[in-house]
Amino acid sequence: MALFSNTATLLGKELRTEFRSRELLTTTSVFILIVLVLFSFATNPGTEEAREFAPGLLWLAILFASSLMFQSCFLREQANDTLSSLRLAVSDPFAIFLAKLIANTLFLLLTEALMLPFFAIFYNITVWSQLPILSLVLLLGSFGIAIAGTAISAISAQARMRELLLPLLLLPLLTPVLVVSATVTGSLLDRDPVIQWKGIAFLGVFDMIFLTALWIFGQYFLEE
Amino acid sequence: MTALALPPTGLRFENIDKRYGGLFALRRVSLEISPGECVVLAGRNGSGKTTLLRIASRIVSPTAGKLSFPGAVNDSAAGRPGYVAHTTMVYDELTAEENLVLFAKLQDVPEPAARAEELLREVGLFERRDSAVRTFSRGMRQRIAIARALIHRPSVLLFDEPATGLDPLGISWLAKTLGEVNRAGCTVVMSLHGESEISALATRAVQLDAGAVVADTKTGASLHSILSFGGA
Repeated sequence: MALFSNTATLLGKELRTEFRSRELLTTTSVFILIVLVLFSFATNPGTEEAREFAPGLLWLAILFASSLMFQSCFLREQANDTLSSLRLAVSDPFAIFLAKLIANTLFLLLTEALMLPFFAIFYNITVWSQLPILSLVLLLGSFGIAIAGTAISAISAQARMRELLLPLLLLPLLTPVLVVSATVTGSLLDRDPVIQWKGIAFLGVFDMIFLTALWIFGQYFLEE
Repeated sequence: MTALALPPTGLRFENIDKRYGGLFALRRVSLEISPGECVVLAGRNGSGKTTLLRIASRIVSPTAGKLSFPGAVNDSAAGRPGYVAHTTMVYDELTAEENLVLFAKLQDVPEPAARAEELLREVGLFERRDSAVRTFSRGMRQRIAIARALIHRPSVLLFDEPATGLDPLGISWLAKTLGEVNRAGCTVVMSLHGESEISALATRAVQLDAGAVVADTKTGASLHSILSFGGA
Protein backbone atom coordinates (compact mmCIF):
# COMPACT_ATOMS: atom_id res chain seq x y z
CA MET A 1 0.00 0.00 0.00
CA ALA A 2 2.93 2.33 0.72
CA LEU A 3 3.88 1.99 -2.96
CA PHE A 4 0.53 3.34 -4.10
CA SER A 5 0.31 6.14 -1.54
CA ASN A 6 3.90 7.22 -2.32
CA THR A 7 3.14 7.06 -6.05
CA ALA A 8 0.00 9.18 -5.62
CA THR A 9 1.91 11.77 -3.56
CA LEU A 10 4.75 11.94 -6.09
CA LEU A 11 2.35 12.06 -9.03
CA GLY A 12 0.65 15.04 -7.39
CA LYS A 13 4.06 16.72 -7.13
CA GLU A 14 4.89 16.00 -10.80
CA LEU A 15 1.56 17.40 -12.01
CA ARG A 16 1.75 20.44 -9.74
CA THR A 17 5.27 21.39 -10.85
CA GLU A 18 4.43 20.87 -14.54
CA PHE A 19 1.14 22.75 -14.52
CA ARG A 20 2.89 25.55 -12.66
CA SER A 21 5.72 25.85 -15.20
CA ARG A 22 4.05 24.29 -18.29
CA GLU A 23 7.60 23.67 -19.47
CA LEU A 24 7.18 20.17 -20.92
CA LEU A 25 3.67 20.56 -22.30
CA THR A 26 4.55 23.74 -24.17
CA THR A 27 7.76 22.33 -25.62
CA THR A 28 6.27 19.04 -26.79
CA SER A 29 3.04 20.56 -28.16
CA VAL A 30 4.91 23.21 -30.15
CA PHE A 31 7.38 20.63 -31.43
CA ILE A 32 4.70 18.21 -32.64
CA LEU A 33 2.72 21.03 -34.24
CA ILE A 34 5.79 22.29 -36.12
CA VAL A 35 6.57 18.79 -37.44
CA LEU A 36 2.97 18.27 -38.60
CA VAL A 37 2.78 21.67 -40.27
CA LEU A 38 6.14 21.32 -42.02
CA PHE A 39 5.40 17.86 -43.39
CA SER A 40 1.92 18.88 -44.50
CA PHE A 41 3.60 21.27 -46.97
CA ALA A 42 5.71 18.43 -48.34
CA THR A 43 2.68 16.39 -49.34
CA ASN A 44 -0.65 16.90 -50.99
CA PRO A 45 -3.20 16.49 -48.19
CA GLY A 46 -6.01 14.06 -48.89
CA THR A 47 -4.01 11.95 -51.32
CA GLU A 48 -3.40 8.24 -50.80
CA GLU A 49 0.30 8.96 -50.37
CA ALA A 50 -0.38 11.35 -47.46
CA ARG A 51 -2.80 8.88 -45.90
CA GLU A 52 -0.15 6.15 -46.10
CA PHE A 53 2.68 7.89 -44.38
CA ALA A 54 0.70 10.17 -42.02
CA PRO A 55 0.42 7.55 -39.22
CA GLY A 56 4.18 6.93 -39.34
CA LEU A 57 4.80 10.65 -39.22
CA LEU A 58 2.41 11.01 -36.30
CA TRP A 59 4.29 8.43 -34.23
CA LEU A 60 7.68 9.81 -35.25
CA ALA A 61 6.57 13.25 -34.04
CA ILE A 62 5.34 11.70 -30.77
CA LEU A 63 8.66 9.89 -30.34
CA PHE A 64 10.82 12.99 -30.87
CA ALA A 65 8.57 15.13 -28.70
CA SER A 66 8.64 12.52 -25.93
CA SER A 67 12.43 12.34 -26.06
CA LEU A 68 12.46 16.09 -25.31
CA MET A 69 10.27 15.29 -22.32
CA PHE A 70 12.47 12.43 -21.09
CA GLN A 71 15.66 14.47 -21.38
CA SER A 72 14.62 16.61 -18.40
CA CYS A 73 12.61 13.97 -16.53
CA PHE A 74 15.37 12.91 -14.10
CA LEU A 75 17.78 15.70 -14.96
CA ARG A 76 15.73 18.26 -13.07
CA GLU A 77 15.95 16.07 -9.96
CA GLN A 78 19.70 16.65 -10.01
CA ALA A 79 19.63 20.42 -9.58
CA ASN A 80 19.10 20.21 -5.80
CA ASP A 81 19.83 16.49 -5.44
CA THR A 82 16.11 15.92 -4.86
CA LEU A 83 16.42 12.39 -6.23
CA SER A 84 18.48 11.54 -3.14
CA SER A 85 15.85 13.02 -0.81
CA LEU A 86 13.16 11.03 -2.62
CA ARG A 87 15.18 7.83 -2.32
CA LEU A 88 15.61 8.50 1.39
CA ALA A 89 11.90 9.16 1.84
CA VAL A 90 10.10 6.47 -0.18
CA SER A 91 9.84 2.91 1.04
CA ASP A 92 9.92 1.52 -2.52
CA PRO A 93 12.00 3.28 -5.20
CA PHE A 94 9.60 1.94 -7.84
CA ALA A 95 7.16 4.62 -6.61
CA ILE A 96 9.50 7.27 -8.07
CA PHE A 97 9.41 5.55 -11.48
CA LEU A 98 5.71 4.84 -11.35
CA ALA A 99 4.84 8.47 -10.59
CA LYS A 100 7.12 9.77 -13.31
CA LEU A 101 5.94 7.35 -15.97
CA ILE A 102 2.26 7.99 -15.19
CA ALA A 103 2.95 11.73 -15.35
CA ASN A 104 4.87 11.34 -18.64
CA THR A 105 2.05 9.24 -20.11
CA LEU A 106 -0.53 11.85 -19.07
CA PHE A 107 1.56 14.68 -20.55
CA LEU A 108 2.00 12.71 -23.80
CA LEU A 109 -1.72 11.93 -24.02
CA LEU A 110 -2.61 15.56 -23.34
CA THR A 111 -0.21 16.70 -26.07
CA GLU A 112 -1.67 14.11 -28.47
CA ALA A 113 -5.24 15.23 -27.65
CA LEU A 114 -4.27 18.83 -28.43
CA MET A 115 -2.52 17.84 -31.63
CA LEU A 116 -5.01 15.30 -33.05
CA PRO A 117 -7.42 17.92 -34.49
CA PHE A 118 -4.51 19.61 -36.30
CA PHE A 119 -3.37 16.23 -37.62
CA ALA A 120 -6.87 15.53 -38.96
CA ILE A 121 -7.06 18.96 -40.62
CA PHE A 122 -3.54 19.11 -42.10
CA TYR A 123 -3.67 15.60 -43.58
CA ASN A 124 -7.39 15.60 -44.35
CA ILE A 125 -7.92 12.37 -42.43
CA THR A 126 -11.10 11.48 -40.55
CA VAL A 127 -10.11 10.33 -37.09
CA TRP A 128 -13.41 10.79 -35.27
CA SER A 129 -15.14 7.61 -36.45
CA GLN A 130 -12.27 5.51 -35.04
CA LEU A 131 -11.62 7.65 -31.99
CA PRO A 132 -12.26 5.02 -29.23
CA ILE A 133 -9.87 2.44 -30.75
CA LEU A 134 -7.41 5.14 -31.82
CA SER A 135 -7.40 6.42 -28.23
CA LEU A 136 -6.60 2.89 -27.00
CA VAL A 137 -3.69 2.62 -29.46
CA LEU A 138 -2.40 6.07 -28.45
CA LEU A 139 -2.71 5.11 -24.77
CA LEU A 140 -0.87 1.78 -25.11
CA GLY A 141 1.78 3.22 -27.46
CA SER A 142 2.35 6.29 -25.28
CA PHE A 143 2.52 4.16 -22.13
CA GLY A 144 5.15 1.94 -23.78
CA ILE A 145 7.18 4.97 -24.86
CA ALA A 146 6.86 6.45 -21.36
CA ILE A 147 8.02 3.26 -19.60
CA ALA A 148 11.14 2.88 -21.74
CA GLY A 149 11.78 6.64 -21.80
CA THR A 150 11.51 7.05 -18.04
CA ALA A 151 13.90 4.13 -17.45
CA ILE A 152 16.47 5.40 -19.98
CA SER A 153 16.10 8.92 -18.59
CA ALA A 154 17.09 7.66 -15.13
CA ILE A 155 20.12 5.86 -16.56
CA SER A 156 21.28 8.67 -18.83
CA ALA A 157 20.81 11.43 -16.22
CA GLN A 158 23.82 10.05 -14.32
CA ALA A 159 25.99 9.64 -17.42
CA ARG A 160 28.44 12.18 -18.76
CA MET A 161 27.20 12.12 -22.38
CA ARG A 162 23.55 12.15 -21.35
CA GLU A 163 22.24 14.14 -24.34
CA LEU A 164 23.68 11.53 -26.69
CA LEU A 165 22.91 8.51 -24.56
CA LEU A 166 19.15 9.01 -24.29
CA PRO A 167 18.27 8.84 -28.01
CA LEU A 168 20.97 6.23 -28.59
CA LEU A 169 19.38 3.85 -26.10
CA LEU A 170 15.77 4.90 -26.57
CA LEU A 171 15.34 4.62 -30.34
CA PRO A 172 16.38 0.96 -30.75
CA LEU A 173 14.41 -0.02 -27.65
CA LEU A 174 11.24 1.59 -28.97
CA THR A 175 11.49 0.35 -32.55
CA PRO A 176 9.00 -2.54 -32.05
CA VAL A 177 6.40 -0.39 -30.28
CA LEU A 178 6.71 2.37 -32.90
CA VAL A 179 6.43 0.01 -35.87
CA VAL A 180 3.37 -1.70 -34.40
CA SER A 181 1.72 1.55 -33.28
CA ALA A 182 2.20 3.12 -36.72
CA THR A 183 0.90 -0.02 -38.48
CA VAL A 184 -2.20 -0.29 -36.26
CA THR A 185 -2.88 3.44 -36.56
CA GLY A 186 -2.44 3.19 -40.37
CA SER A 187 -5.05 0.43 -40.68
CA LEU A 188 -7.42 2.39 -38.44
CA LEU A 189 -7.14 5.54 -40.55
CA ASP A 190 -7.43 3.69 -43.86
CA ARG A 191 -10.40 4.32 -46.18
CA ASP A 192 -11.58 0.83 -45.17
CA PRO A 193 -10.60 0.79 -41.48
CA VAL A 194 -9.42 -2.48 -39.96
CA ILE A 195 -8.82 -3.00 -36.26
CA GLN A 196 -5.60 -5.00 -35.85
CA TRP A 197 -6.29 -6.64 -32.51
CA LYS A 198 -3.03 -8.62 -32.64
CA GLY A 199 -1.10 -5.38 -32.88
CA ILE A 200 -3.05 -3.87 -29.99
CA ALA A 201 -2.39 -7.04 -27.94
CA PHE A 202 1.32 -6.76 -28.80
CA LEU A 203 1.37 -3.20 -27.42
CA GLY A 204 -0.29 -4.42 -24.20
CA VAL A 205 2.25 -7.25 -23.82
CA PHE A 206 5.17 -4.89 -24.58
CA ASP A 207 3.95 -2.53 -21.85
CA MET A 208 3.57 -5.34 -19.32
CA ILE A 209 7.05 -6.76 -20.01
CA PHE A 210 8.76 -3.37 -19.79
CA LEU A 211 6.82 -2.39 -16.68
CA THR A 212 7.84 -5.66 -14.99
CA ALA A 213 11.49 -5.13 -16.00
CA LEU A 214 11.37 -1.60 -14.59
CA TRP A 215 9.86 -2.89 -11.35
CA ILE A 216 12.63 -5.48 -10.98
CA PHE A 217 15.65 -3.46 -12.11
CA GLY A 218 14.51 0.14 -11.55
CA GLN A 219 16.18 0.57 -8.16
CA TYR A 220 19.62 -0.09 -9.72
CA PHE A 221 19.06 2.74 -12.21
CA LEU A 222 18.79 5.20 -9.32
CA GLU A 223 22.03 4.24 -7.57
CA GLU A 224 24.97 6.63 -7.71
CA MET B 1 9.70 19.73 18.35
CA THR B 2 11.97 16.76 18.23
CA ALA B 3 10.61 13.91 20.29
CA LEU B 4 11.81 10.77 18.55
CA ALA B 5 9.30 8.52 16.85
CA LEU B 6 11.47 5.49 17.66
CA PRO B 7 14.07 4.58 20.32
CA PRO B 8 17.59 6.02 19.78
CA THR B 9 19.66 4.27 17.14
CA GLY B 10 23.42 3.94 16.71
CA LEU B 11 25.57 3.51 13.62
CA ARG B 12 28.10 0.81 12.90
CA PHE B 13 30.52 0.97 9.95
CA GLU B 14 32.46 -2.24 9.45
CA ASN B 15 35.46 -2.16 7.09
CA ILE B 16 33.76 0.22 4.71
CA ASP B 17 35.48 0.77 1.35
CA LYS B 18 34.20 3.11 -1.31
CA ARG B 19 35.86 3.29 -4.71
CA TYR B 20 35.01 5.56 -7.61
CA GLY B 21 36.75 3.86 -10.52
CA GLY B 22 40.35 3.48 -9.36
CA LEU B 23 40.03 6.17 -6.69
CA PHE B 24 39.50 5.18 -3.07
CA ALA B 25 37.15 7.62 -1.33
CA LEU B 26 37.08 5.49 1.82
CA ARG B 27 39.47 2.73 2.96
CA ARG B 28 38.48 0.14 5.56
CA VAL B 29 36.58 2.59 7.75
CA SER B 30 35.31 1.01 10.96
CA LEU B 31 33.37 3.11 13.44
CA GLU B 32 30.87 2.33 16.14
CA ILE B 33 28.66 5.27 17.05
CA SER B 34 26.46 4.74 20.10
CA PRO B 35 22.83 5.86 20.25
CA GLY B 36 22.59 9.50 21.34
CA GLU B 37 26.21 10.44 20.54
CA CYS B 38 27.03 13.72 18.81
CA VAL B 39 29.98 13.04 16.51
CA VAL B 40 31.90 15.54 14.43
CA LEU B 41 33.72 14.34 11.33
CA ALA B 42 36.74 16.49 10.62
CA GLY B 43 39.28 16.42 7.85
CA ARG B 44 40.55 18.23 4.79
CA ASN B 45 38.52 18.60 1.61
CA GLY B 46 38.42 15.24 -0.14
CA SER B 47 39.19 13.29 3.03
CA GLY B 48 35.97 11.23 2.70
CA LYS B 49 33.57 12.99 5.12
CA THR B 50 30.78 13.51 2.60
CA THR B 51 31.13 9.98 1.21
CA LEU B 52 30.90 8.53 4.73
CA LEU B 53 27.76 10.57 5.44
CA ARG B 54 26.17 9.57 2.11
CA ILE B 55 26.88 5.92 2.89
CA ALA B 56 25.38 6.38 6.37
CA SER B 57 22.28 7.93 4.77
CA ARG B 58 22.09 4.89 2.45
CA ILE B 59 22.02 7.10 -0.63
CA VAL B 60 25.34 5.56 -1.66
CA SER B 61 26.23 1.88 -1.27
CA PRO B 62 29.72 0.97 -0.07
CA THR B 63 31.97 -0.95 -2.45
CA ALA B 64 32.83 -3.28 0.44
CA GLY B 65 32.00 -3.53 4.11
CA LYS B 66 28.82 -3.32 6.10
CA LEU B 67 26.66 -0.56 7.54
CA SER B 68 24.17 -1.30 10.30
CA PHE B 69 22.01 0.61 12.75
CA PRO B 70 22.27 -1.00 16.22
CA GLY B 71 19.08 -0.46 18.19
CA ALA B 72 16.94 0.17 15.11
CA VAL B 73 13.46 -1.22 15.72
CA ASN B 74 12.43 -1.74 12.12
CA ASP B 75 12.87 -0.30 8.66
CA SER B 76 10.00 2.16 9.03
CA ALA B 77 10.29 5.71 7.72
CA ALA B 78 11.23 7.07 11.17
CA GLY B 79 14.12 4.59 11.23
CA ARG B 80 15.68 6.25 8.19
CA PRO B 81 18.32 8.88 8.88
CA GLY B 82 17.59 12.55 8.34
CA TYR B 83 20.23 13.96 6.03
CA VAL B 84 21.28 17.51 5.26
CA ALA B 85 23.68 17.69 2.33
CA HIS B 86 25.50 20.51 0.53
CA THR B 87 22.41 20.99 -1.62
CA THR B 88 18.97 21.69 -0.16
CA MET B 89 17.39 18.48 -1.49
CA VAL B 90 14.05 20.25 -1.84
CA TYR B 91 12.13 21.48 -4.88
CA ASP B 92 12.71 25.10 -5.87
CA GLU B 93 9.37 25.30 -7.72
CA LEU B 94 7.35 24.23 -4.69
CA THR B 95 6.62 26.42 -1.67
CA ALA B 96 8.25 25.79 1.69
CA GLU B 97 5.04 24.27 3.02
CA GLU B 98 4.44 22.11 -0.08
CA ASN B 99 7.97 20.72 0.20
CA LEU B 100 7.60 19.77 3.85
CA VAL B 101 4.11 18.28 3.38
CA LEU B 102 5.43 16.28 0.40
CA PHE B 103 8.26 14.72 2.41
CA ALA B 104 6.03 14.22 5.45
CA LYS B 105 3.47 12.32 3.36
CA LEU B 106 6.16 10.19 1.71
CA GLN B 107 7.41 9.18 5.15
CA ASP B 108 3.97 8.46 6.62
CA VAL B 109 4.21 11.26 9.17
CA PRO B 110 0.87 11.57 10.98
CA GLU B 111 -0.91 14.87 10.21
CA PRO B 112 1.66 16.05 7.65
CA ALA B 113 0.26 19.59 7.36
CA ALA B 114 0.39 20.14 11.14
CA ARG B 115 3.94 18.75 11.35
CA ALA B 116 5.03 20.98 8.44
CA GLU B 117 3.52 24.02 10.15
CA GLU B 118 5.24 23.14 13.44
CA LEU B 119 8.63 22.88 11.73
CA LEU B 120 8.12 26.03 9.65
CA ARG B 121 7.56 27.92 12.89
CA GLU B 122 10.64 26.30 14.46
CA VAL B 123 12.95 27.20 11.58
CA GLY B 124 11.51 30.72 11.33
CA LEU B 125 9.97 30.35 7.88
CA PHE B 126 6.30 30.30 8.78
CA GLU B 127 5.71 33.78 7.36
CA ARG B 128 7.24 32.61 4.05
CA ARG B 129 5.44 29.26 3.97
CA ASP B 130 3.62 30.10 0.71
CA SER B 131 6.72 31.36 -1.09
CA ALA B 132 8.50 29.19 -3.63
CA VAL B 133 11.86 27.96 -2.32
CA ARG B 134 13.59 29.49 -5.37
CA THR B 135 12.87 32.94 -3.88
CA PHE B 136 14.71 32.09 -0.64
CA SER B 137 18.13 33.34 0.40
CA ARG B 138 20.97 30.85 0.99
CA GLY B 139 20.36 30.85 4.75
CA MET B 140 16.63 30.33 4.35
CA ARG B 141 17.27 27.46 1.98
CA GLN B 142 19.52 25.87 4.58
CA ARG B 143 16.73 26.24 7.16
CA ILE B 144 14.20 24.50 4.91
CA ALA B 145 16.76 21.76 4.23
CA ILE B 146 17.14 21.21 7.96
CA ALA B 147 13.35 21.18 8.42
CA ARG B 148 13.07 18.53 5.68
CA ALA B 149 15.63 16.35 7.45
CA LEU B 150 13.74 16.64 10.76
CA ILE B 151 10.23 16.15 9.35
CA HIS B 152 9.95 12.43 10.21
CA ARG B 153 11.53 12.74 13.68
CA PRO B 154 14.51 10.55 12.76
CA SER B 155 16.62 8.66 15.29
CA VAL B 156 19.81 9.50 13.37
CA LEU B 157 20.68 12.89 11.89
CA LEU B 158 23.48 13.33 9.37
CA PHE B 159 24.65 16.86 8.62
CA ASP B 160 27.19 17.74 5.96
CA GLU B 161 28.60 21.15 6.89
CA PRO B 162 25.27 22.34 8.27
CA ALA B 163 26.40 25.90 9.01
CA THR B 164 26.98 26.66 5.31
CA GLY B 165 25.15 29.83 4.36
CA LEU B 166 23.90 30.60 7.87
CA ASP B 167 24.58 33.96 9.52
CA PRO B 168 25.75 34.08 13.18
CA LEU B 169 22.14 34.13 14.38
CA GLY B 170 21.36 31.17 12.14
CA ILE B 171 24.36 29.28 13.52
CA SER B 172 23.17 29.93 17.09
CA TRP B 173 19.71 28.72 16.14
CA LEU B 174 21.16 25.59 14.52
CA ALA B 175 23.35 24.87 17.57
CA LYS B 176 20.29 25.20 19.81
CA THR B 177 18.18 22.97 17.54
CA LEU B 178 20.89 20.31 17.26
CA GLY B 179 21.38 20.40 21.03
CA GLU B 180 17.65 19.82 21.53
CA VAL B 181 17.43 16.88 19.12
CA ASN B 182 20.59 15.36 20.57
CA ARG B 183 19.29 15.68 24.13
CA ALA B 184 16.06 14.01 22.97
CA GLY B 185 18.20 10.96 22.16
CA CYS B 186 18.87 11.52 18.48
CA THR B 187 22.28 10.41 17.25
CA VAL B 188 23.95 13.28 15.40
CA VAL B 189 26.84 12.88 12.97
CA MET B 190 28.08 16.01 11.21
CA SER B 191 31.01 17.16 9.18
CA LEU B 192 32.47 20.52 10.17
CA HIS B 193 35.40 22.76 9.41
CA GLY B 194 36.86 24.40 12.49
CA GLU B 195 35.38 25.19 15.88
CA SER B 196 32.04 26.91 16.32
CA GLU B 197 28.97 26.93 18.54
CA ILE B 198 27.89 23.80 16.70
CA SER B 199 31.13 21.90 17.27
CA ALA B 200 30.79 22.66 20.99
CA LEU B 201 27.96 20.11 21.03
CA ALA B 202 30.31 17.31 19.99
CA THR B 203 30.92 14.49 22.42
CA ARG B 204 33.34 12.83 20.03
CA ALA B 205 35.50 13.82 17.07
CA VAL B 206 36.65 11.57 14.26
CA GLN B 207 39.34 12.77 11.88
CA LEU B 208 39.55 11.41 8.35
CA ASP B 209 42.48 11.68 5.99
CA ALA B 210 42.63 10.21 2.49
CA GLY B 211 39.54 8.13 3.20
CA ALA B 212 40.82 6.55 6.43
CA VAL B 213 40.14 7.26 10.11
CA VAL B 214 43.33 8.76 11.55
CA ALA B 215 42.02 9.96 14.93
CA ASP B 216 38.99 9.21 17.06
CA THR B 217 38.62 10.82 20.46
CA LYS B 218 36.13 11.68 23.17
CA THR B 219 38.52 13.42 25.54
CA GLY B 220 38.66 17.18 25.96
CA ALA B 221 42.13 18.20 24.76
CA SER B 222 42.26 15.83 21.80
CA LEU B 223 38.70 16.70 20.85
CA HIS B 224 39.61 20.39 20.85
CA SER B 225 42.73 19.70 18.81
CA ILE B 226 40.83 17.77 16.08
CA LEU B 227 38.06 20.33 15.93
CA SER B 228 40.55 23.19 15.71
CA PHE B 229 42.85 21.80 13.09
CA GLY B 230 41.08 18.82 11.55
CA GLY B 231 39.49 20.82 8.84
CA ALA B 232 42.54 22.80 7.93
